[in-house]
Amino acid sequence: MNHWIIAPVLLPALIAAVIILAARYQVALQRVFSVASTLGLLGISTGLLIESMSGRIGVYELGNWPAPFGIVLVLDRLSATMITLTSALAVAVVLYAIGSGWDKRGHHFHALFQFQLMGILGAFLTGDAFNLFVFFEVLLIASYGLMIHGGGAVRLRAGVQYVLYNLLGSTLFLFALGTIYAVTGTLNMADLALRVAELPADDTAMIRVAAILLLLVFAVKAALIPLHFWLPATYAEAPAPIAALFAVMTKIGAYAIIRMYTLVFGPDVMVTADIIGPWLMPAAIVTLVIGMVGVLGATHLGRLAAFAAVGSMGTLLIAVALFTPQATTAALYYMIHSTLAGAALFLVVDMVRARRQSEDDAIASRPAIAQNGLIAAYFFATAIAMAGMPPLSGFLGKLLVMDAVRAHDLVWVIWAAILIGSLIAVVGFARAGSMVFWKVETQPEDATPDAGPGTPPAALPFVATGSLVAGIVALTVFAGPVTAFLSDTSAQIFDRQSYIAAVMETPRAIEAENLPLEGTKK
Amino acid sequence: MEYLLASAIGAMTAAGIYLLLRQRTFPVILGISMLTYAVNLFLFASGRIAINLPPVLLNKTPTYTDPLPQALVLTAIVISFGMTAVVVLMGLGAYLSARTDHVNLNEGQDDNAEAGK
Repeated sequence: MNHWIIAPVLLPALIAAVIILAARYQVALQRVFSVASTLGLLGISTGLLIESMSGRIGVYELGNWPAPFGIVLVLDRLSATMITLTSALAVAVVLYAIGSGWDKRGHHFHALFQFQLMGILGAFLTGDAFNLFVFFEVLLIASYGLMIHGGGAVRLRAGVQYVLYNLLGSTLFLFALGTIYAVTGTLNMADLALRVAELPADDTAMIRVAAILLLLVFAVKAALIPLHFWLPATYAEAPAPIAALFAVMTKIGAYAIIRMYTLVFGPDVMVTADIIGPWLMPAAIVTLVIGMVGVLGATHLGRLAAFAAVGSMGTLLIAVALFTPQATTAALYYMIHSTLAGAALFLVVDMVRARRQSEDDAIASRPAIAQNGLIAAYFFATAIAMAGMPPLSGFLGKLLVMDAVRAHDLVWVIWAAILIGSLIAVVGFARAGSMVFWKVETQPEDATPDAGPGTPPAALPFVATGSLVAGIVALTVFAGPVTAFLSDTSAQIFDRQSYIAAVMETPRAIEAENLPLEGTKK
Repeated sequence: MEYLLASAIGAMTAAGIYLLLRQRTFPVILGISMLTYAVNLFLFASGRIAINLPPVLLNKTPTYTDPLPQALVLTAIVISFGMTAVVVLMGLGAYLSARTDHVNLNEGQDDNAEAGK
């Protein structure tokens, strides 16, 4: 058993505890621990990614309990890709938070940040549906603290709304899991895949209800229309580094949809084959359109970035909803791209806010900000990436998605939505960029050039944002090798038998001993 | 027994959803608590209702009650308790700083809150 698989969960959990207990009042020490832990995570997950390239599925049985009796962590290409993406993003975000001084605006930023990472990485690694719920709660409760970091009435109110929305989502998740357990008697994903496929064809009402409930839960996470209402206010009001980290939180919803609806309720499982894709696809198309129209209609940069995130989830879920290997490859490529681009956009917005009077981010002409040219260049690059214009990876991602939907019935609707959506986004970003960076107010003669109150002329925020932009460029330049790897990944996702075989490798040895395991159940 | 449990879960869910739609912090939190009680009972029932049976395998008795839902419910109770505490504190903080306990954020209120900041 490869013990490194659990390291991405253990390391941030331990470091967070150390930060709270030993470095509660020393911000410098907290920063050292936090950066070291995040870099460690990047190293570990890169190692795991390299290991997963062999195609072997790694299984970690907690407490050495064989599946399905114990909880398992599973490392396949998909989860390795996701944890590497998360750790890379976390490094940039933590550097930005330190450079911009966000981590000093309240207590416990770094501890909560590490707990958040623990939840996200655990959710990507777990092979058990109830454990997925637990990791969702871990990342949510940390995100509640981070969301209201720094305080302020508007942020607190947006935070309350965010918490309530997600509490409802959690309740729905429990209802879904209860139904699944009542029908199948297991919550291990590989075991579930076996049991759902064996269900009699005339007794599927309950499992279909459970599948739809679960889809609703993941749709809340993925901000799918009409369950996206929590996202714009939350992302716009959250501290910008946290909003940048949240760029990967919507992707957890997309990841969970890919995982559950290929493995457990796969496209070839009869009981649910006709309900998931047909519902997901129209919702994804509407999500894309609403997101892009939101970009055009936004009056504040924070809202603009939030709606761009909604729109990118639409494109991503269009590719997910097809449930074919080619489309999943496109979805994964677009997922990596939109995480990096979305996070970079939030950081750019924060750089503008930090240099304006009273953190104002309205899309209107204001006195010129310090380092106007460099920030405008960053905004330009991320806007090109988010809108999906050549030459950056957003263009390639959209091309892959459009190529993958070629055989679908709604192909013209999807193409029209993607292309017109891109056009609207281009107009929206161009308007915002020219208003904010070009149409600056000329200063009255006596006024000193306004650098904003307490502007830190630090280089670290630029380095952090620049590294995300460099990531986008690298994703574009190395698109060939990346898509080759992702195509192997989606082949592995759709090869359900090898996943099930790897997790259930003790072939029901205990059942063979004829213990009365079925008990009171029939 | 089944009817009693099922109608209790249904009634609590309905009451929870009604309270949620009130859109003010306190009723909404009560509604969420109602919903979590309902879901806890629901999870408990997902292992089938068995009365006076041990939750462990014994050689003497061939039947037992499923212990896993009890573990799941315990986890769910702990999590929902913690979450409710968090949301109560955040709701109180939001009320004290914004002087309004409406859950929805509409433009006019946002502007007032920003002006008062």
